[in-house]
This record gives sequence, C-alpha cells and structure tokens, in this order.
Amino acid sequence: MALINKKIIVKNKQGLHARPAALFVQIANKFDASITVRRADERVNGKSIMGILMLGAEKGSEIIIEAEGTDASAAIAELEKIISNEG
Amino acid sequence: MIELKGIAAASGISIGPAYKIGKEEFIITKEQIRLEDIPVQIQLFEEALIRTRREIIELQKRIAVDMGQEQAEIFDAHLLVLEDRMLIEEVILRLKQECVNVAYIFSEVLKKYINVFSKIEDEYLKERVADVNDVGKRILRNLLGKKRKSFEDLKEKVVVVAHDLSPSDTAAMHKQNVCGFVTDIGGKTSHTAIMAKSLEIPAVVGTQEATVKIKMGDLLIIDGGTGTIIINPDEETLRVYHQEEQKLKGISERFLLVKDLPAVTLDGKSVEITANIELPEEVASVKLHGAEGIGLYRTEFFYMNRKDLPSEEEHYQAYKYVAEEMKPYPVIIRTLDLGGDKFLSQLQFPREMQPFLGWRAIRFCLAQPDIFKVQLRAILRASIHGKLKLMYPMISGVEELRQAHKILEEAKNELINEAVPFDNEIEVGAMIEVPSAAMTADLLAGEVDFFSIGTNDLIQYSLAVDRTNEKVAYLYEPAHPAVIRMIKNVIEVAHSVGIRVGMCGEMAGEPALVLILLGLGLDEFSIPPQVIPEIKYIIRSIALSEAQHIACEALKLSTGKEVEEFSQAKLKEILGGV
Repeated sequence: MALINKKIIVKNKQGLHARPAALFVQIANKFDASITVRRADERVNGKSIMGILMLGAEKGSEIIIEAEGTDASAAIAELEKIISNEG
Repeated sequence: MIELKGIAAASGISIGPAYKIGKEEFIITKEQIRLEDIPVQIQLFEEALIRTRREIIELQKRIAVDMGQEQAEIFDAHLLVLEDRMLIEEVILRLKQECVNVAYIFSEVLKKYINVFSKIEDEYLKERVADVNDVGKRILRNLLGKKRKSFEDLKEKVVVVAHDLSPSDTAAMHKQNVCGFVTDIGGKTSHTAIMAKSLEIPAVVGTQEATVKIKMGDLLIIDGGTGTIIINPDEETLRVYHQEEQKLKGISERFLLVKDLPAVTLDGKSVEITANIELPEEVASVKLHGAEGIGLYRTEFFYMNRKDLPSEEEHYQAYKYVAEEMKPYPVIIRTLDLGGDKFLSQLQFPREMQPFLGWRAIRFCLAQPDIFKVQLRAILRASIHGKLKLMYPMISGVEELRQAHKILEEAKNELINEAVPFDNEIEVGAMIEVPSAAMTADLLAGEVDFFSIGTNDLIQYSLAVDRTNEKVAYLYEPAHPAVIRMIKNVIEVAHSVGIRVGMCGEMAGEPALVLILLGLGLDEFSIPPQVIPEIKYIIRSIALSEAQHIACEALKLSTGKEVEEFSQAKLKEILGGV
C-alpha cells in the first residue's frame, strides 16, 4: 500500500483551528487511508478533531500530511484544498 | 425582599420558586486493576460511549423539534468530540499501560486536553473547551453509572438558578417545568441567553452573585425584559407582577394566531414586517415569529470581545448563512456602526468628549477604507446566496454617501477582476438618523435605492437628549412633533421619487405609534422578533384610511405627550378588549 506524504503551508487566515479544523477532520474521515499530520515534533491522527486542534497550526506554519491506503492520494488532494484555501 | 440586577437575556415575566443547580463535580479515585480486568474496563468505556452517543442524539432530536435545527446543531460538535479517535485510543493505550480504572484515566486525559486548549488564544477554541467539558462530564457520568438531576419529576414550574449552564443543561430542561433562568455569568450571546430566547423563557444572566444571594426554594420574580430579579417579594410587588404576567400571557396568545399571516390593513394595504437581529443564530427565532425578512442586521458583534479583526471569510460565512436561511425574503445588512457607545477592542479609539457626535459609524469606515472594504466585499460575495441589501449608518449628507459608494464600487471592481460572482443589482440604502439627512432627504433620495429611518439616534440628535442621562431622559420623546414631522418629510420625498422607506428603531415596534407611522406611509417596520405578532395584529385591525386620518390629527397636536395620549386612545379603540 502506498504511503504518501506532502508538505503544505497553512494558508487559512484562521490557521488550522476553528471551522477549517472541523472541516479537515470531517473530510479525513471520509477516506479509508490512515492519515497523520505532523508539525515540528508533533504527530497527530488526522481524523481526530482533538489532535488537529492540539497542533495549533497558525497561518503560515508548515505541516506534513501523511496518508497510507488505497485512496491516499485522493485524500491528500482534498485535504490540501482546505488548508491552502486563503479564506 | 431583595432586588438583583443582571443582563436582560430573554424577555418576559416569570414567578416561581428557585431551583439551584450546583456545579457538577465527580470524585474519581485512582484504583489499580488486574491485568485480566482490562477487557472489562474497555467494555465499560465502550458502553459509556455508546450510551452517551444515544443520549446526545435523543437530545438533538428533541431540541430540533422544540427549538429548531440550529440549536440542535450545537451538539454536532459534541458528537465529533465523543467519536474522536485520538481521545479513545489514548484512553485505551494508557489503560493497558498503567492498569488503572478507566474512569480515572479518562478524567486525566480529558483534563490534559482542556488544559492545552484553554491556553490557546482563540475564540473558537474557547467554545470547544466548553463542548469538551460538557461531553466529558456526560461520559464520566455514564462511566460511573450516575444520573444527572432530572427535571422531569418536578411538580411545579421553577426558576433555575446556576453559576453557569451548559448547552446540555439548558436543553435537558423541558419547557413545561422551567419558567425562568438566572445565572451568575454569561452575556447576551451566551448559550443560555440564546437558548432561553428561542424557548421564550425569561432569562437574566451575568448577575454575578445570584447563586450566593438566592437559596433553594426562595420565591423569585424574574423580569427578563429589564434584567431584574426580586427575591422573596412582598405581597404588593407580587400582586403587581402577577397582573403583569397574566396580561402578557393573554395578549400573546391572541397575537400568535396572526403571526404567519401577512401584514395587510382592513382596506388591503400591505406593509413589510421584518426583524432586527445581531447574531446569525437569531434567524430561527425570526422565522418562528413570522418576519418577512430582516430589516436590520447589526454587524458590530463581529468586532467585539476579540483582539484581531474579523476576516472577510468570517463575514462572508455569516452573511451567506443568513441570506440562505431567509431566502426568498430580503436581508438588510447595516455596515459597521462602531463608536458612540460601541467600541472596538482591537483598535485604539481616542477618548472623545461627545462620542455620539464623534468619530463613529460611516465616518470611521470612510477613514478606514481597508476595514470597511473587507466587509463590503463579504456582503457582495454573499449576495448571490439570497436577497441581500446593504445600508450605511449615520449618513449626514450627500458627500458621505458618494464617498461610501466609491469604496463600494472599488470593492465591486476588485471582485470583477478576480472573477468572483456577486449580485451587481444589490440594493444600497442610507440610514436616516441624523437630522441633516432627514432635512435633505430629497437630495439623498436620488442616490440610493431605499431609506431606513433609525429612530433611536434620530430622536436623540433632533431633541438634543442623551437618553442615558437620567436628568434629561424624560425629554426623549418618540412622539415629539419634531420627530413626527421629520419622518413625514422623509417618507414624502422618498415616495415622490419612488423609493421605499423602512424604520428600524424602537419606535417602529411601539404599538400606538405604529398607527401614526402606518398613516404616514411607512413601507417597512423592522422590529425585534418577539413583537412581530403584536404589530401584525394591530396592522390587520385597522384600515389605511383610518391610520391616515390618525396621522393627520396627530400632526395637529403641539406636544409629544398629546401625541402619545392621542395615539394610545386610538389604539385602545381599535383593539377593543385586547
């Protein structure tokens, strides 16, 4: 099974908290692939709202999304859309 | 008899015994368990999660019926936390590693998250802390096999008194058992306030010391309209409030029958009855009370109690929501009206000798076009999702109107260049709340699509009265001949060029004065949702010709008091026994 990872800069004004975080988790949960999000030394489950919120990723911070599973690349593509959306 | 003051959160009068709810604290001891008990503990945990999930879903269903879908959605966030994989996995992992009872581990994990979240400076996260707390308590309760105090077996209606109420607490209370809410903390926009409003149960919040001053079983009078609580009232006070309570109840039943009917006079003239709102959440209540749109959406709330400025996206999401919810009815968004008595915490406002005559509303926006444009862009973007209109506050002359239009044009051009869709036909109006605008309404009328008369300011400016100054407050008279004449002038010149006139001040919701306003030709009454049924009832009880006659007679009177008495007498005649 494919393990894909991608480095992404958070572009949302609110960072990866608030509504974008909830949206991120909802979308992540649609995929079978396991999803991990890393920021500096922190690693959290991308399907967990608590985890994503704990990352405290502000606008401009760099995160890495890792996905493993058959729909991994689709998952990363969709998730990237949310965080690189300059809202 | 003791009187307490708080923030008026939901209007109405209730009388009943106090029912105090303490803070719910669990005592959880740490117990070592044997390795072979781990599967049993995991099963306990899973059962508690399942039970909690069932509880929340049931609660959600009931709330959707009682208070509308919107309130029910608060609990979506609770479900998200409940089903959180990281939280669950961490509990199970630690359970296996530490061999300690699951209730203890769960409470520790919960504490850890709450601690981290509480430290992050983010409005949204602060709300989530409350959600995590609320769900966490529910899970713990189920883990420990405890029951929350139930309101179902109460024999009489009580006034609930608490330090604070969580959404779960508020929702667990059935309308038939609770007749009022009193809390120590919280403001107009707290969960308690919003829920109480949609349940139409009187509530007073932010009393600071209610739980200290009030004992279980004390007789309470709560007046949610004024934010007053009277503890153990004397007989005379009780009698007065009983009467008032009965009166309100009888009247509101009669009025509710017409709330969904159109506001048409006996001779067929129809006017628009719309609502004033401050928060998107109020839309549910607006629809419930039969409003045909929103005549005043105040937008200052976005800017309050925060350090940063709201983003275009935040504005956009809120406007889009309101536009979609109210479709096909119109929504008039008033652009930022800061200053006067409303200040921005994130910007340095100079202290002014006369803030109401100072740097406020459109003056501030024209001086800060960058802040202004963020809002204009968001309104334009949201305009494709329903029928949005916008209006500028505090316009004092044509010059300001043109400057504001120019910034609006810039915002439109930006969106065109970015290929972002918006409604290019969006109607733009001016608020008439400065006497100079009222006097030059003919000059302004050619440059806007509608007027909205803001009477609160118009009255205080034209009568030179600071309402908050007790010594002169008696001079604040909506029925003053100067005010009536000014309104007459504004409506006449607007109609002569074919634009509509609305009114969004308190005056538009004053039953007796509505007769005069109707007679003067006002097209739209934008009022608090709660008074919509009453105003509709009045309009449906009179012919336009009769209202015109009343307005004509009122214009001949020489004092505000005479106008007030005259219109009250007419109202009594029209409503008969009601």
